[in-house]
Amino acid sequence: MDPSQLRFSETHEWIALDGDIATIGITQFAVEQLTDLVHIELPGPGEEVRAGEPFGEIESVKAVSDLYSPVDGTVVEVNERVRDDVSVVSNDPYGEGWLIKVRVKPGTSLDDLLTHEQYQQQIAEGA
Amino acid sequence: MAQNDLLKTPLHDWHVGAGARLVDFAGWSMPVQYRSIVEEHVACRSAAGLFDISHMGRLYLRGDRAGEWLDGLVTNRVATLPVGRARYALITNERGGTKDDVLVYRLTEEQGYGYLVVVNAANREKILGWFAEHGPPSGVDVVDRTFETGMIAFQGPKAVEVAHRLTELEGGLPLAELRYYRSARGRVAGVPALVSRTGYTGEDGIEVIVNADRTQEVWEALLEAAKDVGARPCGLGARDTLRLEAALPLYGHELTEEITPLEARLDFAVKLDKPDFIGKEALVRQRAEGVSRLRVGLVLEGKRIARQDMPVLASGQKVGFVSSGTFAPTLQKSIAMAFVQPGYSTQGSQLAVQVRQQAVSATVVELPFYKRPRS
Repeated sequence: MDPSQLRFSETHEWIALDGDIATIGITQFAVEQLTDLVHIELPGPGEEVRAGEPFGEIESVKAVSDLYSPVDGTVVEVNERVRDDVSVVSNDPYGEGWLIKVRVKPGTSLDDLLTHEQYQQQIAEGA
Repeated sequence: MAQNDLLKTPLHDWHVGAGARLVDFAGWSMPVQYRSIVEEHVACRSAAGLFDISHMGRLYLRGDRAGEWLDGLVTNRVATLPVGRARYALITNERGGTKDDVLVYRLTEEQGYGYLVVVNAANREKILGWFAEHGPPSGVDVVDRTFETGMIAFQGPKAVEVAHRLTELEGGLPLAELRYYRSARGRVAGVPALVSRTGYTGEDGIEVIVNADRTQEVWEALLEAAKDVGARPCGLGARDTLRLEAALPLYGHELTEEITPLEARLDFAVKLDKPDFIGKEALVRQRAEGVSRLRVGLVLEGKRIARQDMPVLASGQKVGFVSSGTFAPTLQKSIAMAFVQPGYSTQGSQLAVQVRQQAVSATVVELPFYKRPRS
């Protein structure tokens, strides 16, 4: 995915919406900050996720961090490759390293989320 | 604490220039990693790693009765330590709990100081206070030289052969022949240094103390000389994963004011038959009555990491707590050290670690997790 076309959360997740299916992952910045990823916990298909609430965990040698969903929805697909090998996320966070696909409610908008430019600014300000 | 108020080692600017990620460690601005903890760990296990350990406290003792006095404050025998030797010891409180774990060096008298005690950065002021409280006898001085010196650890299978080429020791002893836990004066890259065959990684290697203003010279010379073998500067992150694989205790984790050296299974450094030392009575009693918990090694199923204070369970009941854990880069396993009731401390015991919502199966294994291949 082209990061400039994505939306972002303040907690370093990205999201792309295609019809009613949203793809969610973590950003390059998050990968660089975490370094040395070891393990990722993701929900299964059918599970509900809620905006601003944790849907999984990502563990690095240093620390464990929650993954937050930017939207409400139901998990329809999980990236099994990253479950088996978390280095897929480190190597290509915006592509092969996506995490989950979620069916969102009709009318869901990403307008409240950060644009790429706003996200870059947040990083630059050290937030 | 703001980054500006933190103490800085003589290598601080070098770390910044190298793009290190700096963190507050015990009030010092220290590199946790330059790039990847795992890559730095692997470099140290396979070639060599260079560590800035200038934050550790270097307390020198002067005076004829220094050894005798220090002997009353530590668990190991130090009064009789021959010149040129170093020895691991614990400083214990009256209850036998651990105030710090230290390395005691016996130095040649002509240097002015008969002893050097290397203490943990987080405990330096506490130990200085403890030393003052237990008053050195007249004629014995404790001199904190932490800020006028720097300290570098150079560790890994290639470290000694590389450092050997840059090092001249007094008496003409080749560095390669300096034995384990011995120290000698000399020059490293032309800079006057105290060199010891010691370390905290489970690898062969040396630790070097030099004047603060020449620390960077030595650091750069070692790094340059070791480039061809694939050596790297390593941060505190790799230092932690390396010591954990080698099952070396870390103060604040495996050792605290509440944890005794016997519980931490450091009996080799506790001499209960030596004359009195603070904490001896409590430790003698504990040895006789038995401990209520013991340090063990755990290997967890899967990749989730056990972190400090997570409960250790047996059949759903809490029987202990995790003191440190990581995903071991060399072993490719999730490992931890924990304190458990003695009945669960035997090898092969099937336990679990409560990792947030999940009880992860764990097996008690022999320590250390990693032993370097002997050449």
